[in-house]
Amino acid sequence: MCLGVPGKVLSIEPSVVDMPMGVVSFAGITKEVCFAYTPDVKVGEYVLVHVGFAISKLDEDHALEVFRTLKEMGELGDLEIPQPSGGGTP
Amino acid sequence: MKFVDEYRREEDAQAFVRAIRAKVTRPWTLMEICGGQTHTLLRSGIDRMLPPEITLVHGPGCPVCVTPLTQIDRALAIAQRPNVIFTSFGDMLRVPGSTTDLLTVKAKGGDVRMVYSPLDAVTLAQQNPGKEIVFFAVGFETTAPANAMAVKRAKQLGLPNFSVLASHVLVPPAMEAILSSPLNRVQGFLLAGHVCAVMGWTEYEPLGERFRIPMIVTGFEPLDLLQGIFMAVDALEAGRFGVENQYVRTVSREGNPAARAVVNEVFETCDRAWRGIGVIPKSGYRLRPEYAGYDATLKFEVGAITTEEPKECIAGEIMQGLKRPSACTEFGTRCTPEHPLGAPMVSSEGACAAYWLYARA
Amino acid sequence: MAEAKPPSAPDVGAALAAASCPVPAGSGAQTILMAHGGGGRLTQRLIETLFLKNFDNPALRELHDGAILEIGGVRLAFSTDSFVIHPLFFPGGDIGSLAVHGTVNDIAMCGAQPLALSAGLILEEGLAIADLERIVASMQRAASGAGTSIVTGDTKVVDRGKGDGVFVNVTGVGIVPPGVVISPRRAAPGDVVLVSGEIAVHGIAIMSLREGLRFETTLESDTAALNGLVADLLLAAGDSVHVLRDPTRGGVASTLNEIAGQARVGIRLEEAKIPVAEEVRGACEILGLDPLYVANEGKLLAIVAPEAAEAALAALRAHPLGAKAAAIGTVVAEGPGRVTLKSRIGGVRVVDLLTGEQLPRIC
Repeated sequence: MCLGVPGKVLSIEPSVVDMPMGVVSFAGITKEVCFAYTPDVKVGEYVLVHVGFAISKLDEDHALEVFRTLKEMGELGDLEIPQPSGGGTP
Repeated sequence: MKFVDEYRREEDAQAFVRAIRAKVTRPWTLMEICGGQTHTLLRSGIDRMLPPEITLVHGPGCPVCVTPLTQIDRALAIAQRPNVIFTSFGDMLRVPGSTTDLLTVKAKGGDVRMVYSPLDAVTLAQQNPGKEIVFFAVGFETTAPANAMAVKRAKQLGLPNFSVLASHVLVPPAMEAILSSPLNRVQGFLLAGHVCAVMGWTEYEPLGERFRIPMIVTGFEPLDLLQGIFMAVDALEAGRFGVENQYVRTVSREGNPAARAVVNEVFETCDRAWRGIGVIPKSGYRLRPEYAGYDATLKFEVGAITTEEPKECIAGEIMQGLKRPSACTEFGTRCTPEHPLGAPMVSSEGACAAYWLYARA
Repeated sequence: MAEAKPPSAPDVGAALAAASCPVPAGSGAQTILMAHGGGGRLTQRLIETLFLKNFDNPALRELHDGAILEIGGVRLAFSTDSFVIHPLFFPGGDIGSLAVHGTVNDIAMCGAQPLALSAGLILEEGLAIADLERIVASMQRAASGAGTSIVTGDTKVVDRGKGDGVFVNVTGVGIVPPGVVISPRRAAPGDVVLVSGEIAVHGIAIMSLREGLRFETTLESDTAALNGLVADLLLAAGDSVHVLRDPTRGGVASTLNEIAGQARVGIRLEEAKIPVAEEVRGACEILGLDPLYVANEGKLLAIVAPEAAEAALAALRAHPLGAKAAAIGTVVAEGPGRVTLKSRIGGVRVVDLLTGEQLPRIC
């Protein structure tokens, strides 16, 4: 069970018995989400939402890691990374 | 979409594919145990972009596939009761039980409703005091915190008409079972990123030590999977083992303690039967005794359930990566996605259904 | 999984969808299931084994959106559409406008303009007359907007509990202009596949009204009459327009699979070129839905000869309903009956027919 989608926190309501709720936007679509598991989240931050619950906060700096790695790989030069002789596509 | 689109760019994906090809010097067998990851691999065509040395096995990560037949039959029995509103995630609505399925029950007049969040089921219970609301709480560790909160909330509200049919399964015991088999060929794992977002990765470290295999915490976007596969191959080629984290933007080693706290408040571990594999000790969650009032297995007496699994189905061996679907005598003939005989043909993320797609492309 | 040799593919007639979920156990079905209405394999099977078998005639065998009948040297397009949607009223339309647009569009997909429509209403006892008035007024607006009128009709009432408020059937006729031959058989390798705008709008708009899936944002259905768009398209590209079809239930994927099957050609799509509005994307992401299988009610697919593709696209884009039109794929000779897709990251996958409705998932 793994469908988790990143969304932007638009609003947070006062907590109802340890179950703070709020609204998250996914590319303009907004949905009510429970922030019980990301209690420190602030408006404007990004959370990963699974079945209506924010289960993690997204770290902007860490989000760039993949691209730093790619850049490093690219800097190793095309000399070191041979081009594939045939694609995987039929 | 931010944090999504950036991980779907063609030139970046192709760069990882080239890097994987350059890195690999001999055959490796990797396994991912997460239906969501299988889904991305198939949808993006990554499975067919990899060099032939890499064998990617789709492990038992599809909850639709591994929910035991007895649980499904129990759910169907409860759903057919008058006065019950049976709620479920979309995934489970079509799974065939021994004789029927939830959608057919609905067609015959059962009140079966799809929900997006377990809290929706709690709301239904509040809005329908004259009915019994039952929620089919299926899933891995990722979904447990949400399901636990729903039960906790129902108890806070003192709802007498809400209960869950809990059928959670846990990843590490399944991995241990796979790795412990003398026939195991899996040499590295992609760990389900969202399971780890909740649980962290400390429970995988002993497995890495004991079996000396690399395990890469991996996300779900195409770039995540390609980087995860690259990191696994890199580790294998270098002889490294242990956990490494690809999904750094979402997962930390400790995971989400607040989520685990609520899970531990509501659930306790128990032995669990995995469809096609059998009972794996301590591989599931059940409701704690304090929450017995919310346990649908106790609330609804459904009588003896006799389940019939086709004998020819070799699902267990397939999901553990021991055999290919093509080795099954019924594959493509008696067993197809339209009339599946067993678990891995049941959803498009199951190993057999996925293989069916390759065969026809 | 690259080394294993796949088994030889079984006969297509017996072969099956890599369904997003399995067909229910009762699919050697003794009773009608919701999946039979989903536009996927079960619908196809029902048509072939029940309707075609019993009603068999040349016009029906074409299995196009409308039937083309030759009468005294004139080709008549004849089509019918029933709507059973719930809720009756939704952002962007209602069952009435949906039904009228549906039939107008079926006629248009034959290359014809609508001449006249009929309306059959089955009303459930207890339906508010005010609601009926709203629906009927909406039907009139839709018809006149499409340049046609409802010239005959019928009304029946069923007991409370035996209907979903209103069931609407609209039937229509139109004349296919001389020289216009729109048929899946005309699809040829090299042809370009065009879509008139952003996909999956209607299906998501309707799904988001369902309990539990509601969004805070309101999404409007894209229901619209497409005959004006078709007229402009035919003016610009004429005989080069080979196939027209509106991708309603089952979405773009199902419709293209039908066409590929009927024409015995392959169709290759490019994911990056398929236009999807941001909000619809967001909704599909959260629900785990593939927009290719979600219904559209105000879009068309056009398969045109490659030399006319540019002109066709320009004509679509010049019309308000086609502003976001795009070329999304090509017709190929390889893999007849099969639709494939090059994903955003360059991988290739098969886009198969689903067995039943696509359902939201959490995995």
